[in-house]
Amino acid sequence: MANDPIHQFQIQKFFSLEIGGVDFGFTNSALFMAAAVTLISGFLILATSGRGLVPTRMQSIAELVYEFIAGTLRSITGSEGMRFFPFVFSLFAFVLICNLLGMFPYFFTVTSHIIVTFALAMLVISVVIVYGVIRNGVKFLKLFVPSVPPWLLPLLIPIEIISFVARPLSLSIRLFANMLAGHITLKVFAGFVVTLSTLGFVGISGAVLPFLLTVALTALEFLVAFLQAYVFATLTCIYINDALHPGH
Amino acid sequence: MNGNGTKDDGSGTDRPADEAGLSERLQRLDRQLSQRDEKAGGPDGEEPTAKMSAIGQAFRLSSELVAGVAVGAALGWALDKWLDTSPWGMIVFLLLGFAAGVLNLLRATGSVR
Repeated sequence: MANDPIHQFQIQKFFSLEIGGVDFGFTNSALFMAAAVTLISGFLILATSGRGLVPTRMQSIAELVYEFIAGTLRSITGSEGMRFFPFVFSLFAFVLICNLLGMFPYFFTVTSHIIVTFALAMLVISVVIVYGVIRNGVKFLKLFVPSVPPWLLPLLIPIEIISFVARPLSLSIRLFANMLAGHITLKVFAGFVVTLSTLGFVGISGAVLPFLLTVALTALEFLVAFLQAYVFATLTCIYINDALHPGH
Repeated sequence: MNGNGTKDDGSGTDRPADEAGLSERLQRLDRQLSQRDEKAGGPDGEEPTAKMSAIGQAFRLSSELVAGVAVGAALGWALDKWLDTSPWGMIVFLLLGFAAGVLNLLRATGSVR
């Protein structure tokens, strides 16, 4: 099934690796995660090894990414939040490179699986909760108490709690849904081109439209890949800001 | 670093004039840049980015609402299982989840703090 739009998301195991009864098989998903990490580390180490006062082209790309994330983090959380810079930067770089790697034909898109994005989102929320409790103690719970008349609190506290629990879910759903929907749409339109062009002259002239759409969608997908990584990083900053300054 | 320091020491006498010239040049560059920005940021230049961020925002807002309702439903279902109160937990927490979803949505748009 070359035209099956879902086929590209299938997990294939390359080899099994059993440790203590749990299967840590190396899959195509794991391969692309490892590739992303290798690519990011390799690029950053190579780009910053020169440490020139006047940056080379690669170094200036690395500096650009650094400035971009540092600026976002500082504008949202203030300079206190800068201790989370490595965390936010790693998340942004990982999500961005995974999204972009998925844009290569025949490559696997790690971020189109909800378990991956959900794990990333849970990591963010765990960091927020653990750091918020360590830093603020019981005062962290003020996050769940809005400033309203007391008789409204029994209703509003559950709502605030649900709203907090919904955060990792919405964070993960957004990234996963964007990548999944984008790749399926791309594949469906590309599939139209192939199917139509088997129908002779009429089919080929009819295939021009989906072909143009595929080109346009590819450009859009590149934008979405970047945008979603940015949104993920921005929301991480917003949640970290809640841990730093709880209470509305 | 070192090179800069020695240069400053050498030209210490005509520093005020230098500084005035520099600031004037900076202002001129600033003016030119803002003029260029105005030209570039016309109706044609701004359209695509505005549209793209609208798509991004649409995805963000819809996922906020869906997540709120989903978490409410899941909590209600779990409570029903645990306390055997079916269907009341589901009903109450679905409504609360909807409220939480709307709250998150309003927070995302910046209407509520």
